[in-house]
Amino acid sequence: MEVHSRDYAKRARAILRDTPGVREAVTAATRSFDDHRRSAFAELDGEALRDWAEGVKSHALTHLDRYLEQAESRLMERGAHVHWAETAEDVHRILRELVEREGVRRAVKAKSMLSEEVGVNPLLEAEGVEVFETDLGEYIIQLLGEPPSHIVGPAIHRSLEDTQALFSERLGTATDASPEELAGAARGILREAFLAADLGISGGNFLVAETGSIALIENEGNIRMSTSLPRVHVALVGIEKILPRLADLSTFLQVTSKSATGQPVGTFVSIIQGPGGSRGGEPDGPEELHVVLVDNGRTRLLADPEAWEALRCVRCGACLNICPVYRQTGGHAYGYVYSGPIGAVISPGLVSLEETFPLPFASSLCGACAEVCPVRIPIPHLLHTWRERAVEQGLTEGTARSLMKGWSRAATHPRLFDWIERAMAVLPDGISRRLPMLRDWTRGRSLPRATGPTFREIWKDGIE
Amino acid sequence: MKVSLFVTCIGDRFYAEASADAVRLLRSLDVEVDFPMGQTCCGQPAWNSGHLPEARRMAEHTLAVLKDAEYVVLPSGSCAAMLRCTYPHLLGRRELSDRSYELAQFIVDILGVHELGRGLEGRRLAYHHGCHALRELGVREQPEQLLRSGGAELVPWEMDQECCGFGGLFSVKTPEVSTAMADRKLDTLPAAETIVSADGGCLLQLESRARYRGLNLEFRSLASTLWEARRGSP
Ligand code: SF4
Repeated sequence: MEVHSRDYAKRARAILRDTPGVREAVTAATRSFDDHRRSAFAELDGEALRDWAEGVKSHALTHLDRYLEQAESRLMERGAHVHWAETAEDVHRILRELVEREGVRRAVKAKSMLSEEVGVNPLLEAEGVEVFETDLGEYIIQLLGEPPSHIVGPAIHRSLEDTQALFSERLGTATDASPEELAGAARGILREAFLAADLGISGGNFLVAETGSIALIENEGNIRMSTSLPRVHVALVGIEKILPRLADLSTFLQVTSKSATGQPVGTFVSIIQGPGGSRGGEPDGPEELHVVLVDNGRTRLLADPEAWEALRCVRCGACLNICPVYRQTGGHAYGYVYSGPIGAVISPGLVSLEETFPLPFASSLCGACAEVCPVRIPIPHLLHTWRERAVEQGLTEGTARSLMKGWSRAATHPRLFDWIERAMAVLPDGISRRLPMLRDWTRGRSLPRATGPTFREIWKDGIE
Repeated sequence: MKVSLFVTCIGDRFYAEASADAVRLLRSLDVEVDFPMGQTCCGQPAWNSGHLPEARRMAEHTLAVLKDAEYVVLPSGSCAAMLRCTYPHLLGRRELSDRSYELAQFIVDILGVHELGRGLEGRRLAYHHGCHALRELGVREQPEQLLRSGGAELVPWEMDQECCGFGGLFSVKTPEVSTAMADRKLDTLPAAETIVSADGGCLLQLESRARYRGLNLEFRSLASTLWEARRGSP
């Protein structure tokens, strides 16, 4: 996916100004997700679970080579093809070859953030393949030609009315169709696509090293169909998705589902071990299973001792749901597939800090994300790390840098500091409004009142 | 008992009277208050904006100014969090951190005082929890308890723990998002006469937005409100 993160501030402003409904839709949906998460964890020892989940993920990541090779052997034993893709271009090459060899005309896709990250749809379309997103949310944004705005709910920024209007125009449903009727209309089209498709593409929530199992969580049943009906199934799996043992999986399925939607476990969980059909010796399932293990910046991030922890992420979206900054705009402001708090700390690692620069600053550092993350990613700490690097690399604005230099100088010279504090009270508003930072402050806010004596002056006069 | 008051840059400039109320309150609780004159800013603006060397310099300055303090009390949750939680990281030592407290935290946890007086009888207050006091210091009960014991009714506010949108430089880099966050707080506010908070930054943000929108609300620091509880009349 193209990266537009440098425009974060501009995009955020445009969303708030031009499409105020987005703020309402996103706030309502994320608050409801978050309420459900809260009640799901209410009867559990959430802290113990998070300790455990953090430990397993960190262990897996620090022994990644070993577990990936183990997973590869298990998968190959069962007749799956395993591909290693270092970059997005490698994924493209693998898919292109497959499309040509198998004569693929139609593909159905299960929701996968990784496929957005590496740009699967544009590639397939350029190869003349008709692509159907089969997750309802993904289907909506495909019709709109938009990227996902949330890791779990890609169309979270659209209200029911938006979708009613869209479906009525594109699929001919009634303008007041119920959610069930809308889903029914999409289902009608997608059912045919499932049967006609020769390729199914999915992601993978987890890859179990011990058994070579790919696990997928969903609520609609479309992932199960995308991965079992077409002749060929390609699973794109980020290398950080590895879990050591099958026993780990059962708890991770629950922790992830609870954190994402508050469900005890997703409505459907598919565990894929290998191909079926004639080649796999099973009566059902695809004839070919291709597992593409995707790096695309992950190894580089893993080697970064100050930022690697973001790779523990299980993409539950809990940090987005609780984030007051994300709630105002939804994900499109962030200009990349991963948005919200996790997007702000993982995108600089996966892409580069230069290209995603202001994202680590797209936070008030309130710390709410760190409290909900099921794998204890220290998001505020990582935001600080990326901010320090941005300053070191000269990516931030000169005015902010000089201001901080000047302020720290004043703060280490108490008399100068005292003078500045007193001067603020006598500065005419007309001038204050023109000063660099205050000018931006007054976009939507009154000037703060700095009148009367400072505390220092009061203290000198004596307090009774 | 003797404490050194650290009023912080915002407290010195924008909440000078509130800082004086903190002195009055502490003295009324038989605490001797001293104000080391060399104190300035804790360094949080630099730390939050990624200017590590500058933040470290300011932390070292503060450490030097407050080195003899028995206790350091701050009428600011986020600056108290800076001293308690960030200084060890910046300075590589904890000596100042373990002696530093936010005002309400100090009164309840160290002085063991749970009731100040009934000066808030009949008042309807909404309490805004600053993020750093809440999540870094773990201060939640203490201010609420002191306000209630003063006779105030704390109105239930579903967004009382959500960020006000200040965030230092964040508020001027993305003013539209920042003010939208403030609006979410203000628009969910139940009928209350006054909004109280331990953090000057949050109060500046919420008050400036409310005034810009022409909302008729009163914003008051925790220190002044607690002194009101103690003193008995407004
Ligand atoms: S960072 Fe944590 S909370 Fe956010 S999506 Fe990843 S696992 Fe979930």
